[in-house]
Amino acid sequence: MRALIPTWDWHTIFVAPWTTDFAIYGWIFLMGFLVCAACGLAGNYLILRRMALVGDAISHSVLPGLAIAFLAANAWRTGMAAEVNGMVDTGGQEPGMIHGFAMFTGAMVAGVVTTLMIEIIHKHTRIKQDAAIGITFSTLFALGVVLISVYADKVDLDADCVLHGEIAFVSIQPFFSLSGVEIAPASVVLMGLVAILTLGLIVVFYKELLVSSFDPGLASSMGIHAGFVHYALMCWLSVIVVSAFEAVGAILVIAMLILPGATASMLSTRFPVVLSLSLLHAAVSSILGLHLAIWLNSSTAGSMVVAGAGLFGLVWLFSPSQGLLRRWVWLRKNKRSALQAESLHPPYGC
Amino acid sequence: MQVQAGRIGEITEITAWDQALRFFSFKDPALRYALAGAILLGLNCGLLGSFLVVRKLSLVGDTISHAVLPGVAAGFLWNMEKDPLAIFVGATMAGLLGSFMVSRLTATTKLKEDTALGMVLAGFFGLGICLVTMIQRLPTGNKSGIDKFLFGQAASLGGSDIYLMASVAFLTFGLVWIFYKELLTVSFDAGFAHCVKIPVSWFHHGFMLLLAFSVVIALQAVGVVLVSAMLITPAATAYLMTDRLHRMVFFACLAGMLAGAMGAFFSFLGHQLPTGPFMVLSAAALFVFAFFLAPRHGIILRWWARRSRSGRVRRENTLKAVFHALEQDGFRREGVTFMTLSKLRRQTLEETETASQELRQAGFATLPPGEKAVYLTPEGMRRAQTIVRNHRLWELYLTDAANYPPDHVHDDAEEIEHVLGEDLVRQLERQLNFADHDPHGKPIPTPEQMVSLHGQDKSASTGSLGYAKPS
Repeated sequence: MRALIPTWDWHTIFVAPWTTDFAIYGWIFLMGFLVCAACGLAGNYLILRRMALVGDAISHSVLPGLAIAFLAANAWRTGMAAEVNGMVDTGGQEPGMIHGFAMFTGAMVAGVVTTLMIEIIHKHTRIKQDAAIGITFSTLFALGVVLISVYADKVDLDADCVLHGEIAFVSIQPFFSLSGVEIAPASVVLMGLVAILTLGLIVVFYKELLVSSFDPGLASSMGIHAGFVHYALMCWLSVIVVSAFEAVGAILVIAMLILPGATASMLSTRFPVVLSLSLLHAAVSSILGLHLAIWLNSSTAGSMVVAGAGLFGLVWLFSPSQGLLRRWVWLRKNKRSALQAESLHPPYGC
Repeated sequence: MQVQAGRIGEITEITAWDQALRFFSFKDPALRYALAGAILLGLNCGLLGSFLVVRKLSLVGDTISHAVLPGVAAGFLWNMEKDPLAIFVGATMAGLLGSFMVSRLTATTKLKEDTALGMVLAGFFGLGICLVTMIQRLPTGNKSGIDKFLFGQAASLGGSDIYLMASVAFLTFGLVWIFYKELLTVSFDAGFAHCVKIPVSWFHHGFMLLLAFSVVIALQAVGVVLVSAMLITPAATAYLMTDRLHRMVFFACLAGMLAGAMGAFFSFLGHQLPTGPFMVLSAAALFVFAFFLAPRHGIILRWWARRSRSGRVRRENTLKAVFHALEQDGFRREGVTFMTLSKLRRQTLEETETASQELRQAGFATLPPGEKAVYLTPEGMRRAQTIVRNHRLWELYLTDAANYPPDHVHDDAEEIEHVLGEDLVRQLERQLNFADHDPHGKPIPTPEQMVSLHGQDKSASTGSLGYAKPS
């Protein structure tokens, strides 16, 4: 038990990452922040639309999309190589552009297929939406696991990595270079692009997204196609999820999607404020998570989630509008009516 | 790249057929354990999943299955070895804590249930991943096999695991059997349950405890991620098959056990195939089957019923139009020309002709060649009168008994005329004192007239219903 928690050393935990080892930890922090920020921004809309668990579904079901995309890209590449050189490429050495492209296409298709499947099951039978979500994502995830284990030699995906990812790998990646200038590790560049695009899309389509999230009827009367917005959001969500995949894995990405938005929504009811607060949550939780991971020598992504959940816990306790502390004070003041309110609130699902 | 999922069949040099034979000989002890485990798991999950699905709590299973991970790690840390009992206790407690957190979050904040579920799921899982990675980096941790819990390993099930699973299944079965009535009430009408002094929250948390037990025993076979599939998919399949909860529970157990057995079989068949995902895929195959072919809720039968209903409604509307045309002429003619009918229904001549052909195919009318007119058969006339009668009786009912204004009743009657049954018509008649005119002053065809027409005696049918050749 004692061996589990390493000794506390102020210098290695807090100072070294920002000074001597900045070349490693700087990138890890940046990657973590970008993932949290992109996911957190998009996650706000999921929470608003009560689709938090659709995010869960999509993050699981991109797996078969990825596996099929990898297989297709490999087949195409070996085909090309056979044509050009007259010999078959063994494959798997460098992912390259084809893989990247296939990955995003596969993920987007998987996202749309998931959304469609959920809707088909939900609309054409009497099965409720939550069960439809559960059936869809678990089946697709199982399909993905089967594909990966059957074509283990051809699909360059690690099943453990799929579940919890490893953010620390960014620091040993080859740098992406533009006209000879090395900028940043490739996946950081990619994640940065996705995060900036997410922010840009939210700024440009702010009104459309907001109105269709709060009131689809009003959106339709304003000439906004709510269904299209829905599918576009799901598509973009799959892009975010797949770019965050290798860093944080399929399940922890749900935390990145929901925690910032949920924390922010406890603090404010103005949507622009909520969006900025979720960015703040992303930054703070990635810094705290990084230090936690260095101290405990644990999974970086997992530590970031723990830090984010810890932040949420603090806000849950101390939020000025709906915190537990304020609630407790209020309960003491109004004992009678509070007891009635409590007895009227059945456990969830009832 | 390694998927550390369960593999039963390790022998690779034999064909699938031999492997299948080997499966059904049940000689392999590992196979026997895996099969028994898979079936018990399916039974247990189907039993509890039914209540989850009808209570719209499907994803709570998912949340609990992820939330047990830190408990598994803590159970391992208890004495630094893979002690099944410690892991069982730790995991169950973590699962219960997760369920409790969801209930607190939804009760004390404005967060919606889905957000709360997602947060607990991911937060607990993150903590679990941290602990697991910390354990794995310990010198002794590498041999812990704790990562097996992520994907499960049915092949590693031993005798003691099977006994544990069987006792949990027995416990679940017994409790559901004893408290079936209470569970039914709580699931469908919690408010009513509260009123008849059933302790709703106790049942809720007790159910969550059972759920946590089942999830924990399922972990070893299918892993954290796919437990939720075994909870939801068989139960959803059963939900499509029947409308009664006890039958649904039965079907769900059946589907779960079948999926377990099929999963064990398929993963045994191939080389290096994981069991858990195959169980899930088998369950999904059963679901697809029910989705299309279930007796009342299946897509195909529902589509068929809708199609035949819309055909009937279309035919009845044509019959009604023919009747109206005959009535306008005071029943002096026997047939109605396509031209009159198309004007009445505001259709093109072609559409009228197709509609008339449909009547002929159903035996309601004859279309003598070269005449371009519809002649109703006695059966057709009777049907037309029934429909018009339904329509006018309903109009009268709405104006007289329900106090509708007479100009508001037609559209409603247009819908209802196709679905009024004989009993209801008789009841309407009695309530309306066998009235003979509708609110618009038109006569309501009576059964006696229908009988007289049915006799095909044209000369005998007198008065307004007498037939004459069209000029």
